[in-house]
Amino acid sequence: MSSLVPDLVIAGEALSSRLLLGTGGLPRTSLVEPVLEAARPALVTVSIRRTSSLADGGLLAALQAAGVRLLPNTAGCLSAREAVLTAELAREALGTDWVKLEVVGDERSLMPDAVELLDAAEELVRRGFVVLPYTTDDPVLARRLVDAGCAAVMPLGSPIGSGLGVLNPHAIAAVRAAVEVPVVLDAGVGTASDAALAMELGCDAVLAATAVTRAEDPVAMARALRLAVDAGRLAYGAGRVPRRAEARASSPLIGLVR
Amino acid sequence: MITCNGETVGDAATVADLLERRLGDARPHGVAVAVNGEVVPRGEWASYPLAEGDVVEVVTAVQGG
Repeated sequence: MSSLVPDLVIAGEALSSRLLLGTGGLPRTSLVEPVLEAARPALVTVSIRRTSSLADGGLLAALQAAGVRLLPNTAGCLSAREAVLTAELAREALGTDWVKLEVVGDERSLMPDAVELLDAAEELVRRGFVVLPYTTDDPVLARRLVDAGCAAVMPLGSPIGSGLGVLNPHAIAAVRAAVEVPVVLDAGVGTASDAALAMELGCDAVLAATAVTRAEDPVAMARALRLAVDAGRLAYGAGRVPRRAEARASSPLIGLVR
Repeated sequence: MITCNGETVGDAATVADLLERRLGDARPHGVAVAVNGEVVPRGEWASYPLAEGDVVEVVTAVQGG
């Protein structure tokens, strides 16, 4: 399918797909291989956490065995200072300059803290990172993040893990219009139609985690999202018909049998 | 006394010594270390000395969205 749509390019690098996959919530490491096969994601996100046992490295070993490209996140960080240190640790542990920057304001809403996020983005760009910030669906903040040097922006469709889909399509379209870098819809995707809608709004890619990992059948949902992302991108490029308030016959009106 | 991942641990001469004691491996794969808020590159673990009061973080990649 991916040959039907042009490659996603972030920071000058062509990626293999327009679906990014999060691993958070995956019930078994044995699902890693079939889910990756079904999703064929461009990037796979992981978190950075304290470890006291080599057994904690099981997921990383499975992902690296599958040969996927990893995108560490700074999930759980509440300040720019924490996020910068976490990104530096991720770079050392995984050997990548790319980071999905998350700085949330509180652990209940998991909404981005705009002030700390921008601060962290500026510092990480200064330190040579390719920064992909998880942000609100605010075109002004998206512009600020791009001005700070971010390589993409990742606006939320709805709260993390909520599965509520794209709650404000107009805001996502406004983010798309506000920046020239890739827009990756992040957070809130619950099923295939959510991912397709995001792509139809002009997003360049979709990141899904919970939608796959907590689905009843993660492998089937992974494949559904892969197809939805490509379908949505194709539809975006195809130019949809304008919405009309009234009916308009698609069959000819002349030559009717009376 | 050294603090590692929020726990007080006994003395260790170097980062590598601490990793050997905590994880059973002085050069564990996929692990990163920070001492007092600064990352210590893997290549320096064997020689990087730890001192009384140092705060060490030892992390790896886990599930995340």
